[in-house]
Amino acid sequence: MSGKERLAIFPSRGAQMLIKGRLAGAQKGHGLLKKKADALQVRFRMILSKIIETKTLMGEVMKEAAFSLAEAKFTTGEFNQVVLQNVTKAQIKIRSKKDNVAGVTLPIFESYTDGTDTYELAGLARGGQQLTKLKKNFQSAVKLLVELASLQTSFVTLDEVIKVTNRRVNAIEHVIIPRLERTLAYIISELDELEREEFYRLKKIQDKKKIIKDKAEARKKAMLLAGHHDEHDAANLLDEGDEDLLF
Amino acid sequence: MALHAAVKGKLISVIGDEDTCVGFLLGGIGEINKNRHPNFMVVDKNTPVSEIEECFKRFIKRDDIDIILINQNIAEMIRHVIDSHIAPVPAVLEIPSKDHPYDASKDSILRRAKGMFNPEDLVR
Repeated sequence: MSGKERLAIFPSRGAQMLIKGRLAGAQKGHGLLKKKADALQVRFRMILSKIIETKTLMGEVMKEAAFSLAEAKFTTGEFNQVVLQNVTKAQIKIRSKKDNVAGVTLPIFESYTDGTDTYELAGLARGGQQLTKLKKNFQSAVKLLVELASLQTSFVTLDEVIKVTNRRVNAIEHVIIPRLERTLAYIISELDELEREEFYRLKKIQDKKKIIKDKAEARKKAMLLAGHHDEHDAANLLDEGDEDLLF
Repeated sequence: MALHAAVKGKLISVIGDEDTCVGFLLGGIGEINKNRHPNFMVVDKNTPVSEIEECFKRFIKRDDIDIILINQNIAEMIRHVIDSHIAPVPAVLEIPSKDHPYDASKDSILRRAKGMFNPEDLVR
């Protein structure tokens, strides 16, 4: 069980403090990441519903645009090749801005008109009204599509970020925190064991000392009873009976 | 050059049938650059799939294109290429063509979102 599922660390007070700090950090980070994931999720749902709405709208707009194309063709006659051959510069272009959601940059596209209409004179002979309508319809379609494109880009970006964030949240919740907790439990158990050992050792030493003391006392008593009146002490004057002092 | 393009704004490109292309060109998105490369591609029934693929890949590589519009029936032909394009820019948008109505369940993006919403919601 151990070894792989906890950090390889020497069980000591210092290590315990260290792991405690890391556990607190991991828990804080987990909470923050979870909040971020929630914020992104809210935004994501919003964008998703907007995409669905816009896609439906797009179907309508495209249908109308295609219809107006047919209308224009009917009045003006075939102009496909003329249009395809006369392309020069784009009139509608895209600018991209950046939006920021919980530290994630989302590109926002914005269309703008630049330069003149290449097909200004198209339909001058006949069908000018239909062509104007056609142009207008397709321009509004482009606007809608640009909007949809920015929604879609945000969608893809957010999808990716949410996945990463969720992976992190789960990793912290299911791998890092349990591992730290196990390490902490291991350190505490080791420290407890050391303490118990120390306690037992102390007790044992006390017991030993007591036994020695009792024995010495008993011998003294026996000597007194036997009538040896401190002859030992009298014989050995040099020994003051004090403990040796060590500095 | 790249900076120049950024200042000037990005383009929308179209891969679609003739009518779709003509419509968007009239809308004013067409451009032919210095190398005579257009930003649109007209696909008819004789266009080989490999050519569409190649064109799509070329559009993705160009840094002055931000949005690629593609007819859904054509997207269906090169679905594997579209599915392998996962970067957010350029954004690939599938649009309905004149004779193929829009089918939400085929859309690459919406398929990625499968499970998060009901595709039937689209057909209201």
